[in-house]
Amino acid sequence: MDLTLFMYLIPSLIMFGCGVYGFITRKNMIAIMISLELMLNSVDINFVVFNRYLFPGQMDGMFFSLFAIAIAAAETALALAIIINVFRIAKNVDINQITKLKF
Amino acid sequence: MESVGNIILYFIVAIAIIVFSVLTVTTRKILRSATYLLFVLFATAIIYFQMDYQFLGAVQIAVYAGGILVLFVFAIMLTQRPGKDADVLASHRRWLGLSAALAGVAVCGFGLFSYSGFAGRLLSGGVDVNMEKIGQFLLSTDKFGYLLPFEAISVLLLACIIGGVVIARRR
Amino acid sequence: MPLSLAIVVVALPLFMFLFLGLVGVKMGRKITGVIGVLAMLVDTVLAYGVALTYFYGSGQGQMLDGVRQAVVVANPAWLSFTDTLVVRMGVLVDPIAAMMLVVITTVSLMVHLYSLGYMSDHDGNAEKGFQRYYAFLALFTFSMLGLVVATNIFQIFIFFEMVGLSSYLLIGFYYSTPAANHANKKAFIVTRLADLFFLLGIMILSYYTGTFDFGGVNGGDGLVFNPIVNDVASTNMQVAQSAVASTGATTFMGCSVIAWALTFIFIGGAGKSAMYPLHIWLPDAMEGPTPVSALIHAATMVVAGVFLVARLFPLYVLVQGAMNIILVVGAFTAFYAAAIACTQSDIKRALAFSTISQIAFMMTSLAVSSNQNALIEIHEGYGLGYMASMFHLFTHAMFKALLFLCAGAIIHAVHSNENDKMHGLHKFMPITSICFFIGCLAIAGIPPFAGFWSKDEILVAAYQRGLGWGIWMSMVAGMTAFYMFRIYYLIFWWKKHEVHDTHHAPKDQPWTMTLPLIILAAISCVAGFVPFHNLVTWDGKALHTALDMKVAGTSVLIALVGIALATVMYFKENPLPERMANAMRGLWTASYKRFYMDELYQFITHKVIFQAICVPIAWFDRHIIDGFMNLLADATNSLSFGIRRMQSGSIQAYVYVYLLGALLLGAITMICVLL
Repeated sequence: MDLTLFMYLIPSLIMFGCGVYGFITRKNMIAIMISLELMLNSVDINFVVFNRYLFPGQMDGMFFSLFAIAIAAAETALALAIIINVFRIAKNVDINQITKLKF
Repeated sequence: MESVGNIILYFIVAIAIIVFSVLTVTTRKILRSATYLLFVLFATAIIYFQMDYQFLGAVQIAVYAGGILVLFVFAIMLTQRPGKDADVLASHRRWLGLSAALAGVAVCGFGLFSYSGFAGRLLSGGVDVNMEKIGQFLLSTDKFGYLLPFEAISVLLLACIIGGVVIARRR
Repeated sequence: MPLSLAIVVVALPLFMFLFLGLVGVKMGRKITGVIGVLAMLVDTVLAYGVALTYFYGSGQGQMLDGVRQAVVVANPAWLSFTDTLVVRMGVLVDPIAAMMLVVITTVSLMVHLYSLGYMSDHDGNAEKGFQRYYAFLALFTFSMLGLVVATNIFQIFIFFEMVGLSSYLLIGFYYSTPAANHANKKAFIVTRLADLFFLLGIMILSYYTGTFDFGGVNGGDGLVFNPIVNDVASTNMQVAQSAVASTGATTFMGCSVIAWALTFIFIGGAGKSAMYPLHIWLPDAMEGPTPVSALIHAATMVVAGVFLVARLFPLYVLVQGAMNIILVVGAFTAFYAAAIACTQSDIKRALAFSTISQIAFMMTSLAVSSNQNALIEIHEGYGLGYMASMFHLFTHAMFKALLFLCAGAIIHAVHSNENDKMHGLHKFMPITSICFFIGCLAIAGIPPFAGFWSKDEILVAAYQRGLGWGIWMSMVAGMTAFYMFRIYYLIFWWKKHEVHDTHHAPKDQPWTMTLPLIILAAISCVAGFVPFHNLVTWDGKALHTALDMKVAGTSVLIALVGIALATVMYFKENPLPERMANAMRGLWTASYKRFYMDELYQFITHKVIFQAICVPIAWFDRHIIDGFMNLLADATNSLSFGIRRMQSGSIQAYVYVYLLGALLLGAITMICVLL
């Protein structure tokens, strides 16, 4: 039995689907961020396996993942800072309750 | 033909990713959600190791599992009462999420199955991605050099640090 | 005095309108009134100066070979349609314009002065809206003066509209009373309907003749006046003939277009002059303050139609059909209004119908002066009716203003328009009584008062046209004498006045109100001696008239019979009028109800026009046009609501939609690739 590209893409796809489900259904903003990380992670996997299987001589996919991880770190840090700040003001991280900035 | 150990490892990783991904988004305790995410990230790191990208796997563990997850845990601790369950999902919300997720999976899966020109590729060996090579690429301005994104990321991180400080500062 | 002062005469009231209207509120009521009166006094003096200069002054080219010329004092272009079709705003002085300047300023001055007293309460304090009142009076005076000095027919139209507007404003002066609002709307709508025809007439006329201008000494070729020539009349005829000839080929429904144009213009004039059947607004217009009725609805505005026909007289004489329409309408209106005036109990309304009747006299008089041979020969005394009409316009303005101002004084004293609240006022208001009596004598045609002279000329002209017309008009003249004296007796005699409160017994009004009465009464006594036949004739040549003893004798006799009848019936309280009314109950009621003309209008407009035309149109408008618009609006509205729901602010919804869109695109791409 061989480990084909296809076999790596399946878990990645399911992970992405889970991320979508979580993003849409969750109300807690931190949980939404977690779902986001799931989606991001699945994309990273795709980049890497495509790079490795199709263009083994190059490293672009890997570098993309590398940068994606860095950016994800930055984004998460900022988002969590914002969430904590919102929590300080609204005593709540439920995305449906934070309506103060709505017109 | 892969080694049996590799195949077994793959299945363990694949099942872990699938199970923990599902658990991450379905558990009602947010801290558990974060923990399951950690497992998913570890499993992902293992995939990277399998692909011979040791550096990337290390980064995955260090930054994602070590850094981001800790941030999540801090945020959860700051904003949640421990042990509190999230509300049960309203059914329409669940259907909305399920439909979107399944539709996505269906379309992408259909794409994968129907366009399978590359799906059956096997892993070719002999790829050596060592630290020296990565360092050369990151700081090179050649055709495949990544100096500019590297610098951009460094500025982004700086901005992010400042932004984080400004936003989270108590006024 | 230079004739160009006529410009000042016209412009001064406009300035006063702006000044009083804008600054009046700051100045206080009394001062506003006094300034208005003084300005009007200056205007009147100037107008007299202009008129005297024009009629008796030398030079300035107004007399040429014994023919009085029209002088264009100023005529700047105002609106240029094409090189040839230019609307001008000018000042033209000719016999009727000069005469009208005198009439308007005189009556206006009297009304201005009179209003100082009339528009005050019993303690002599001016009413609310006093400044507005004076501003509108000035506006009206300006409009009327601008109308009479117009150098072209379009200017006349513009000022016609302005006159209508100021009439509307003044009728509705007491805008808080519903009756005044109804009345001014009615007046506005009826006259506007007539003005529509006027405009049509102007358009037809100007289209076929290529000009709006009347012409004049400095004005060049025009509709009415032409360049200096020896025999203005015959050249007028030639020019007009050629105009008619050039349009003669063009006919519409069997009549030449010029006949249509002139008929339409007459309808416009008939609306303003309250000719049957467009008279219905005038009695209701009495809701306005009485001085306004005297100025606008008795002396000046209502003769605008007569003036219009007189101004276009050289054209009218060419079109016998149009003249016949005027003749029939005028003669019928004279009788009709006189018949109604015999039974009205509201003195202002009775006077209003009297006014209609008298204006119809003037119209008739204009109409009878033409005949079938007009184009062929211009015989001696041909323009008699024209002169008589203008003469009557002049004298009527004076004595009718007098009568209205007297009525105002009475109303002010007894606080009622109904004559059964009056009776026997002679003892309480002797000055008013005498002035009213003089006015009645004047209108009845008793020599030597003003009305006799002018009415006599009219009757002579009517007899010249035909015996039937003469008899008809003489009969109406007799009715005039009867109903005027009926009013007079019912107000001042009939029976003893019942005084409930000695402190508020009716009495002669303050000098501001009695002085105009005395002045106008004096004018009514002497106005008949103004040598109109030398001054105001249609062709500018002096007319030789002599008192036709037959006609004069019969007319005086008929007037005396009318007066005697009135004296018998109404001098002392007696059951005779009641018995006569009962004997002719149907006729009396019909007359009292004004022969149901208002009801007829009501029926035609509400039942016929509204039901048959307006309701379907309204339905179409509401359901088809509005429906379509509403459909658009509703569709937009519901669409917007839908879109608004999309813009929920919920990031998860956005992601959902975004994802579905992305998946759709992906699916499409994939299908395309696979196929």
